[in-house]
Amino acid sequence: MDNNLMTGVTLGKKIKAKEISVKEALDSYYKKIKEVDLQINSYITLCEEEAYQRAEEVQEKINKGELASPLAGVPYAAKDVLCTKGIRTTCASKILGDFKPTFSATAIELLDNEGAILIGKTNMDEFAMGSTTETSYYGPTLNPHDKERVPGGSSGGSAAAVAAGECAFALGSDTGGSIRQPASYCGIVGIKPTYGTVSRYGLIAYGSSLDQIGPLSNSVEDAAIILDAISAKDEKDSTSVGRDEYGFAKALADDVKGLKIGIPSDYFGEGLNKEVADVILKAVDVLRQNGAIVEEFDLSLVKYAIPTYYIIASAEASSNLSRFDGVKYGFRSDDFEGLHDMYKKTRSEGFGAEVKRRIMLGSFVLSSGYYDAYYLKALRAKALIKEAFNRAFAKYDVIVAPGSPTTAPKLGESLKDPIQMYLSDIYTVSVNLAGLPGITIPVGKDGKGLPVGMQLIGDCYNEKTILRAAYNYERTVEETKCQNNMKQL
Amino acid sequence: MSKQYETVIGLEVHVELATKTKIFCGCSTEFGGAPNTHTCPVCTGMPGSLPVLNKQVVDYALAIAIATQCEVTPVCKFDRKNYFYPDNPQNYQISQLYLPIARNGFVEIETNSGIKKVRIHEMHMEEDAGKLIHDEWDDTSLVDFNRSGVPLVEIVSEPDMRSADEVLAYMEKLRLIIQYLGASDCKLQEGSMRADVNLSVREVGSPSFGTRTEMKNLNSFKAIARAIEAERQRQIEIIEEGGEVIQETRRWDDNKEYSYAMRSKEDAKDYRYFPEPDLVPIVIGEDWIERIRSAQPELRTEKLMRYKKEFDIPEYDAKILTESKHMADLFEATTAICHKPKKVSNWLMVETFRLMKETGTECEELIFSPSHLADLINLAENKTINSTVAKEVFEKIFREDIDPNIYVKEMGLATVNDEEAIEKAAKQAISENPKSVEDYKNGKEKAIGFLVGQTMKTLKGQGNPGIVKEVLYSLLNN
Repeated sequence: MDNNLMTGVTLGKKIKAKEISVKEALDSYYKKIKEVDLQINSYITLCEEEAYQRAEEVQEKINKGELASPLAGVPYAAKDVLCTKGIRTTCASKILGDFKPTFSATAIELLDNEGAILIGKTNMDEFAMGSTTETSYYGPTLNPHDKERVPGGSSGGSAAAVAAGECAFALGSDTGGSIRQPASYCGIVGIKPTYGTVSRYGLIAYGSSLDQIGPLSNSVEDAAIILDAISAKDEKDSTSVGRDEYGFAKALADDVKGLKIGIPSDYFGEGLNKEVADVILKAVDVLRQNGAIVEEFDLSLVKYAIPTYYIIASAEASSNLSRFDGVKYGFRSDDFEGLHDMYKKTRSEGFGAEVKRRIMLGSFVLSSGYYDAYYLKALRAKALIKEAFNRAFAKYDVIVAPGSPTTAPKLGESLKDPIQMYLSDIYTVSVNLAGLPGITIPVGKDGKGLPVGMQLIGDCYNEKTILRAAYNYERTVEETKCQNNMKQL
Repeated sequence: MSKQYETVIGLEVHVELATKTKIFCGCSTEFGGAPNTHTCPVCTGMPGSLPVLNKQVVDYALAIAIATQCEVTPVCKFDRKNYFYPDNPQNYQISQLYLPIARNGFVEIETNSGIKKVRIHEMHMEEDAGKLIHDEWDDTSLVDFNRSGVPLVEIVSEPDMRSADEVLAYMEKLRLIIQYLGASDCKLQEGSMRADVNLSVREVGSPSFGTRTEMKNLNSFKAIARAIEAERQRQIEIIEEGGEVIQETRRWDDNKEYSYAMRSKEDAKDYRYFPEPDLVPIVIGEDWIERIRSAQPELRTEKLMRYKKEFDIPEYDAKILTESKHMADLFEATTAICHKPKKVSNWLMVETFRLMKETGTECEELIFSPSHLADLINLAENKTINSTVAKEVFEKIFREDIDPNIYVKEMGLATVNDEEAIEKAAKQAISENPKSVEDYKNGKEKAIGFLVGQTMKTLKGQGNPGIVKEVLYSLLNN
């Protein structure tokens, strides 16, 4: 089998029709990984043994007709921030060492129930902190479209693996754009659902009030089907919210007639690369031609999103990451005297520069005397940003934004100037601050042949609306349907 | 010492709640157990785990809040208290700072100086930490997370107490309220009730408070009283010598009866509190409060009043009996069966307490059933057994909860009322003890006692003492 960027749905159908066995599907992806992963470094850990064992069980169930899910037998990868029982989970950090969780994340278990098969854990920015996958302890992942460039981040390993055909789909996590931005850079589909849609149980927390798990895939239909599988109220996550009905895939209608689309003029002015803007506005025209009503408007408060996000996310991270102390698991410095020295050396040696930067920033903004000035103010700004979106959604069904101000930058460019890197999250972080769903889909390429992603943002719990718009675009513009020419690999 | 000083004390009381499971996971809260057997990813702070609030914790906290006249916070939240220590698996404790569950309550205490109100500043819910075990032998420390995540409420008083007496009365009051509510067993020794004492002194009449210290590691009422006295004297000495009391946390060593400084205000930790993002706010509506209020059991003060009215027992007895909810329950259940409140009270006040003292048993550990005590009282009242036998049988009930009816029958302990048998035994005693008979006849009334004893001995102690005496008198006098 040549998986040739086959969608998960197509592969699932072939498996169900016995055109391909589950084992053959695995063989194909592992073969591809062996061909390309030495170059692009999408994976940190492969779990072949577990995957082939699982493949036998799944194949048997499929044969007996006990497993009818569209994802049955479909191989997928998970960002290494998701706990997988008995399989090394590193968060791309030295500090976790060879840590093997004793349980799997709820999202992983739910995919397991569907018969999807985990083939490996993908590379990422250390603890999901970064926008390029360069802060990984396991080395950077390269963009399959141009190996001199980054795949984006922090779910860069997942995005690159999907784009390079190293898995049928992948799970990522998105705290400030970590699914949507790498999906844009790699020319695939990535969706961050409404906060609370997917259980965070087993997701190693970065910014707990912002983190969401979501799929990265080769089609909008795949994204909807995967989202259907992983969305559920989870008793183990108090912040997960149940819904009467999910049915994301069922709601995919190839129709945007009368759909009201708002274009925030503040997103398409200064700071946005001209080529990227042109490609996206051309894509919006496609939706307009299909019957959508498109209007420009002022979203306001846009410039506050970045500082607000970095204060809240870093504050939560500084606390979330304090459990990595060398006491119970993972890395511990060999050379120390007494408890405090052990903490200090373990954390100094175990965390990378970007993680330390954010822990320090977060500890600072929570310190007595600064809490009101920074953290509390950021919480207020967050509420105002949410209100600005509420006003917008009173008028529009979908808001269009870029996935990122530019296409994928070259390796090493971003880390030189962290502030510049932070600023590149401008179009994605507000969505997390407001808890909204957002999807990026590939809508074309710039002059260098690098993918451009368009982001569609919906109101809370309105994933169906943005999925519908994304689906309509995908069906209309056949050539951008993720059938990317990957000749260089 | 020429100046007069007043001691000002506020208390932070931690109470371990009696839930079956921990505050944020399903692990057992049972005391003891092999290390790290009551643990899971949540209470050991494993990466990716998330807390889920045990609603029973809120129920208990609300019950205490209502019983201490607190205002309940309609929307309360948890916060994270960040600090590094190996007994704290996440290196933060989930507690409440900004919006605690209740505020502004009070309890009334009674001491020799009269009745007064001690105000409660606030009450919050939090998780307990694990336990560190230091192995001196190979210089290592081990962590046991069994206690990690056991629910606590912390009750913070205003600085309203002025003496150790008042502090003990306040703690006793809290203990009784909380035990009556069933919210905790409040055992100081086992650590299910702990208190930190904030204490300062000032000259009598001074309008402002002095600098306070916080005393930790107080494991008994006696330790609290000793620590208060020692700290009061320490502070007065410093002031008298022209020095200044430093605001600091001190640790009490009850064996040495001495405290030493743990940390001063300058190196006080910055806990970097912020709202816990993994838990949603708790909305406590009127209906929830009402549900707890209506299920509230009769508390001690009310019970005391009812006992005096309903049972006609001495006030002293009523006070002692209601000092433990378990004892009060025993009293009421037994009385409900035999309808002899005074007798029940007597058995509990005299024999039960005596045996408890002798065997080192706590009220909560009493095992005998009310029906067996009631049966025993009936056996004694209808003179089936005499009082000596009754005491023996009670001891069996106390220790093994035997059924007295069966036991008396099987052991043949019923009182001998048969006059013929008694006369036979009495005659034997008279013939075997001519000296006593002579003494009696010479006017020594007391000699009859010895003869009664001898007769009883023949009757294996089961003779009806009234009949024995009567028979002896008639034999001797005729």
